Amino acid sequence: MSTTAVPPMIQMTAVNKWFGVFHVLKNISIEVAKGERIVVCGPSGSGKSTMIRCINALEEHQSGRIVVNGTELARDLKKIDLVRREVGMVFQQFNLFPHLTVLENLCLAPVWVRKQPRAEAEANAMRYLERVRIPEQARKYPNQLSGGQQQRVAIARALCMNPSVMLFDEPTSALDPEMIKEVLDVMVELAEEGMTMVCVTHEMGFARSVANRVVFMDGGEIIEVQPPEAFFHAPKSERTKLFLSQILHH
Amino acid sequence: MTDAALPIAPPRTGPTAWLRTNLFGSWRNTLISLGSFALLVWAVPPLLDWFLFESRWGDTPPAECRKAAGACWAFVHEKHRLILFGRYPFAEQWRPLVGMAILLGLIGASCYRPFWRRWLLAVWAVGIAVMAVLMWGGVFGLRFVETTLWGGLPLTFLLTTVGVGAAFPLGVVLALGRRSKLPIIRAVSIGYIELVRGVPLVSLLFMASFMFPLFMPSGVQINALIRAQVAIILFAGAYLAEVVRGGLQAVPRGQIEAAAALGMGYWLTMRKIVLPQAIRLVIPGIVNSFISTFKDTSLVAIVSLSDLMLSTRQAIADPLWRPFFVEGYVFIGAIYLVFCFLMSRYSQHLEVQLNTGRRR
Ligand SMILES: Nc1ncnc2c1ncn2[C@@H]1O[C@H](COP(=O)(O)OP(=O)(O)OP(=O)(O)O)[C@@H](O)[C@H]1O
Ligand SMILES: [Mg+2]
Repeated sequence: MSTTAVPPMIQMTAVNKWFGVFHVLKNISIEVAKGERIVVCGPSGSGKSTMIRCINALEEHQSGRIVVNGTELARDLKKIDLVRREVGMVFQQFNLFPHLTVLENLCLAPVWVRKQPRAEAEANAMRYLERVRIPEQARKYPNQLSGGQQQRVAIARALCMNPSVMLFDEPTSALDPEMIKEVLDVMVELAEEGMTMVCVTHEMGFARSVANRVVFMDGGEIIEVQPPEAFFHAPKSERTKLFLSQILHH
Repeated sequence: MTDAALPIAPPRTGPTAWLRTNLFGSWRNTLISLGSFALLVWAVPPLLDWFLFESRWGDTPPAECRKAAGACWAFVHEKHRLILFGRYPFAEQWRPLVGMAILLGLIGASCYRPFWRRWLLAVWAVGIAVMAVLMWGGVFGLRFVETTLWGGLPLTFLLTTVGVGAAFPLGVVLALGRRSKLPIIRAVSIGYIELVRGVPLVSLLFMASFMFPLFMPSGVQINALIRAQVAIILFAGAYLAEVVRGGLQAVPRGQIEAAAALGMGYWLTMRKIVLPQAIRLVIPGIVNSFISTFKDTSLVAIVSLSDLMLSTRQAIADPLWRPFFVEGYVFIGAIYLVFCFLMSRYSQHLEVQLNTGRRR
């Protein structure tokens, strides 16, 4: 059906979602190609988190189709778990497991979900910790780390499952300014390696340098999808202009 | 480097300073201190007299004991075998003693964290089996001893350990059930918990003893000990469920979402993420439940199981020694106290140990 030779990594078609009577997502349609980096932005409450949480079924959509790497998200729990293994997610609040050490946080899912041998999982985990530049913290507990370090552990934890897509939901909003860069650097590297990424973020510098396309949402709708250059310099919609003027110079 | 010439005077130390700050810091503290002191002066000497100075030890005959102003520990001395082992055949009492030692050894070993491995469960299974063989007998040339003759401290420990050991998983399952998304499971869990919590243990014990057999096909007899044990498990399970539920509610949603995002299923998430955190949070409540269960086992006396409490009453029933029931109860009270205290201390220790990850 798709005209491109390579099927898209994520395909959302006319997705609608309601919280009770509140219509959070209205006819969301978007395709994300393999290796593409998408930045999603928009005012608070516009449904950005809800949208990316639909991609790994943390939220259930009520109509429309979501296909991730060839698997359609339906009510089938098996399929949901299948998709979740392929999709890594990084949360605003890190959500590390506080009762486990950093290394245990990283190895848990590979060992129990992917059934990797523990030694292999640990070696793999150490490699990812090196990539996010904190191998020396492996034996510590999450609460003994700074926010920036915790978020990097969270990224490494998601990467340990060897995902095809990474979702980021405002990964730097809970961080002190001096720690934002260390997390963004890791994300930029990841992008350079060709990871398919969907990032909800208000870091416009990151959007400019990394994104292939910027998605602007408001009131549960996708208002505008543009390459960053066009998005920042020639936004089409008035709402986008208003939003940009608010976040770029305040 | 520059710690010379500190402008602040060093804090005063020594007993006088300690007294001043801790006991006589203000007129109100002084009043409380003096009041407490007066209370001690009034209460302690007579108690010491009764416990020690005026008491009778060893094999003082009861007639002699009656003349003394203090306690008659000779009663405990005379009857300790009956109190501690109930009506278990006198010559065979080494068997429950060894069984009890095995049980306490297992409990002690289980308190040691590096032993929290899967093999510990196997060791427990073996230990309980050995204890059962010892108590029951009928094999290896051991005389068969009916459960109706089991009694005293080993019985109390057995009822508590098996009770707590089985009630804990039951409580966890009920707590998870109560928070399940499936309405039937939730309804059953809530119904069970509310029903069992709403009834005194005594009535559960009666029901287990007298009503259970009514539902059984005639001819099938379930041992009175097992019936009482089941009642204790069901009762303790309902309370533990509520304690564990409190912990489950305190685990942030983000934890479950993070686990889900990693592709972890419900049981894996509960086992590895939610329960470990939930249980850590409610250790004091869990140990409190365990302590209650330990003391509640004394209620099995009403269905004629001679646990520590009933065996003591049997000892007091001896007309010669009847006046010395206080000594009997003080003695077993001390036993209960020691074990409850140990449990409580261990819970505090465990809380500190397990919360290393939560320390900020
Ligand atoms: N579980 C829920 N139940 C009811 N309403 C919800 C729920 N989660 C989110 N909402 C509502 O849905 C709307 C969209 O929420 P969402 O979190 O997706 O917004 P967002 O764009 O991520 O905002 P922010 O920038 O503040 O994170 C909001 O109005 C929010 O109040
Ligand atoms: Mg959000």
